[in-house]
Amino acid sequence: MKIDRRSFLSLGLGAAAGTALTPLPWKLTDDLSIWTQMWPWTPVPQDGETTYVNSACAICPGGCGITVRKVEDRAIKIEGMDGHPVNDGGICPLGLSGLQLLYGPRRIKSPMKKENGKWVKISWKEAIAVVSDQIDALRKNGEAQAIGCISGLRKGTTSQLLERFLLSLGSPNYMSIPSSYDAYELAVSRMHGRRMTAGIDAEESNFILSFGSGVIEGWWSPVRMIRAHSVWKEKKAKLVQMEARLSNTAAQADKWIPVNPGAEAALAMGIAAVIVKESLYDKAFVENYSRGFEEFRNMLLDAYSPDKAASITGVPSSVIESLARDFAGASRPVALYGRGNGSQPGTLFEAMAVHALNAIVGAVNRPGGVWAVEQTDDNDWPAIQMDEIAKKGLKSPRIDGLDPGSEKDPGSLVSRFSELAVSGEYPLKALFIAGANPCYSFPDSNAVKAAFEKIPFIVSFSSYMDETVEYASLVLPNHTYLERYEDVPAPRGMGKPVRGITRPVVSPLYNTRNTGDAVIELAGKIGGSVAESFPWGDYETCLQETFGEEWGTLEEEGFTSDSDFSPRSWEEAFKEDSGKFNFASAGFLDSVREIVPEGDDGSYPLILVPYDTLRLSGGYIGDPPFVIKTVEDTVLKKRDSFVEVNPETAGKIGVKNGGYATLSTPKGQVKVRVNHYDGIKPGVIAMPRGLGHGGTDEYLAEKGVNVNELIGPIPDPQSGFDGAWGIRAKLTRA
Amino acid sequence: MSTIEENTKDSVDAAVKEPGAPEKESEKIEPGLAQGSIIVSFVIGLAIALIIGWIVFPALLYSEKEQPFDFSHEVHNDLVDGCESCHYFRDDGTFAGVPKLWLCRDCHEEVQGGTADEETFVYEYVWNDREVPWRIYSKQPDCVFFSHAAHVVKAEMDCETCHGPIGESDSLKPYEENVITGYSRDIWGKSISGLNKKHIWESMKMDDCADCHKEAGMESSVQTKKDACFVCHK
Repeated sequence: MKIDRRSFLSLGLGAAAGTALTPLPWKLTDDLSIWTQMWPWTPVPQDGETTYVNSACAICPGGCGITVRKVEDRAIKIEGMDGHPVNDGGICPLGLSGLQLLYGPRRIKSPMKKENGKWVKISWKEAIAVVSDQIDALRKNGEAQAIGCISGLRKGTTSQLLERFLLSLGSPNYMSIPSSYDAYELAVSRMHGRRMTAGIDAEESNFILSFGSGVIEGWWSPVRMIRAHSVWKEKKAKLVQMEARLSNTAAQADKWIPVNPGAEAALAMGIAAVIVKESLYDKAFVENYSRGFEEFRNMLLDAYSPDKAASITGVPSSVIESLARDFAGASRPVALYGRGNGSQPGTLFEAMAVHALNAIVGAVNRPGGVWAVEQTDDNDWPAIQMDEIAKKGLKSPRIDGLDPGSEKDPGSLVSRFSELAVSGEYPLKALFIAGANPCYSFPDSNAVKAAFEKIPFIVSFSSYMDETVEYASLVLPNHTYLERYEDVPAPRGMGKPVRGITRPVVSPLYNTRNTGDAVIELAGKIGGSVAESFPWGDYETCLQETFGEEWGTLEEEGFTSDSDFSPRSWEEAFKEDSGKFNFASAGFLDSVREIVPEGDDGSYPLILVPYDTLRLSGGYIGDPPFVIKTVEDTVLKKRDSFVEVNPETAGKIGVKNGGYATLSTPKGQVKVRVNHYDGIKPGVIAMPRGLGHGGTDEYLAEKGVNVNELIGPIPDPQSGFDGAWGIRAKLTRA
Repeated sequence: MSTIEENTKDSVDAAVKEPGAPEKESEKIEPGLAQGSIIVSFVIGLAIALIIGWIVFPALLYSEKEQPFDFSHEVHNDLVDGCESCHYFRDDGTFAGVPKLWLCRDCHEEVQGGTADEETFVYEYVWNDREVPWRIYSKQPDCVFFSHAAHVVKAEMDCETCHGPIGESDSLKPYEENVITGYSRDIWGKSISGLNKKHIWESMKMDDCADCHKEAGMESSVQTKKDACFVCHK
């Protein structure tokens, strides 16, 4: 029999008919449909037992307690912890998206070393050895002081360990990134004559004068303040928002006062002047518990009479007067300091002006006011051991030329970093970076990048691939806050003592290590007095010993607090003559009062101010994918950033709504789109912080413009803190 | 079948109608013979397909996998108080399924009975704190949502109704893994045709769920009274 075309076809037909008579087609169809659900990229929810872990959020300094829902070892959802003194069940969009920082694409998965411009994975042992060799070489060469550290971690044991590490090596150049809270704390400390922390008893206030503080936009402790704002609404407290731009907070306020940008301090002084002139101040406080009031009064009446204040601030004198009367007449008034989310420190003068305003109405150490609480040293660690090299290193000045531990100028190391790092007292030879992304978030970030290029050895502890890591020689990646133990100090502005703890909600996903452990290990490897300064086997032991009996409660509850706490009464706090509240404290009445923005008004007719929003994270940690999706298309569209321009200003320049424009400042030039916005003063333009990231995260990188590239720092002569609130700018049609 | 016959007839006609056309090798075959070979081919094709479909395919589709070690439900059942001692409901009402190591550890911190399987369990898993990677016969695809509580607690059904008399077994049967889906053969059922089903537990496809629900008069969603796809498919 020959196989011809017909019989071949027939064979096929027979096979087809036969197949139809078997279960094969039906079974195969069924199996294939199930197979399509098993493709490796199809997300499959974890199955198993659900558990809840109490921990703390460490993304921002807000200090919220969180409860993480887990299924087996997979974290499924982050919620606010019920009953927590800071946030009581509430959570912000960033905190809610924290799992994307754990499981997301920007994690660094192993220690890495840069070789010929490329990252190479190395072991922890090798990484620690590389760092200790470099440090040893610098120390033996008598250059211990040329080792620096930039830390974005506020207080807490990790930052204390890093500072201790630098001191034990012999370097005075530990740089902690200051915020408006640090500026306010310094102002309070100066005026109270002692080192103080400042708490705002916001929930109890009934008249809130906010000098640009974005109380519902992330200011100091975001969730706590949003909750306080709800309390104000309920009990009909008054919120007056003073800023050049109609922010969300201004829109929610009872009154919005569009003050000239940068004139907030003058407005506070103008209000104080009216209160003094009309004798509306709290006489019990001022007469019995303060000093320097006469000088203060003279300065106010001389420099901030309503007319003068009106001309500086652009707020009519009648408005200033009525604000002053309402504020002084309220039973529990409070004035808030710190623009936007409070990340920028601002000038000491402005912080003092706001605190003086609180003081003259007696809103100090009483319900609804500012609570000044004496700072106590957080730990009783043994003294730092120092060998000859360390002692010699610490005899050097800091890179800014000041003595180590100088209180005069705590902020200048950061505000002048890009200049000091290469042409300060001596150039930095090695730099550690922890919890910070200076190449993105420092003002004039391009200059910071240029400075980083000149520092020969940079070690980053970042968990994420960010702009600063790109300039590092080595990364020793930290666990994320959902994988590590770390104490979370009381949030900015919390009056009552609270301490939280982050804990390993899940086992570490990658080959990362707690920075606390890395520092202890590094010290051990360097040996000698450096190793002796770190007597703990590991970071967890350090935490347990530091917190002693408190550790048990921290472990069990996730936080410790003292809800009955109240500050010392006026009688106790300001008893001694020397301890009285000082209206004429050093650096206030004689200080530089206004910061003039950089640039000449001929070439740059407009003023650019940055602003903060809850939808954009402007600090060390950029927006996770969920949060970047919430940004409106009047702020970011595809890859274009928008700048807010008053239609009147836009009309003069001739840029349409949505049109492209070139925005230039003395620091740089970018292409932007224009958003006509009635809520901004003519002549002022605004852009948000938090866009224009580099790095490798496709959800975040190359989206919009980093406003920090456009604005340079202006160190406050009093404190060294960056006092810049904006910059002169030019907008032209592109 | 008629198509084949027509095709054949057409070809034959074509050969007859065009005598002048150059004869090709294949067309020299006589009509009767050609028809015979076509039928034979058809039958061969049919036979091959039937063999593949009924014998080769099932043999290739399932790959027999061993469990990490053997386990006797019978032995355990005598020592504990019913299935729920190990296969329990959690406090939140979810069903724990195959027990985790912590539960087994209550008794098996040390070797109890001395079988080789138990030694494997204790030395390799308990002592190393490793969960046993059991292959689960009744594991359903991820999109299938099934509530044990609704069936066992609310409807008071026995475990055996769906899972069979597994509690009486002395050893674990081989796990036949479907090489395409990765799930057990027990879901489709031993019979490849899906026919001849004698017990409910012999297969666990959607139709099997539907059979019982139909019998119990519960064909629609309790809430909507309509077809209830999303009750199970989530």
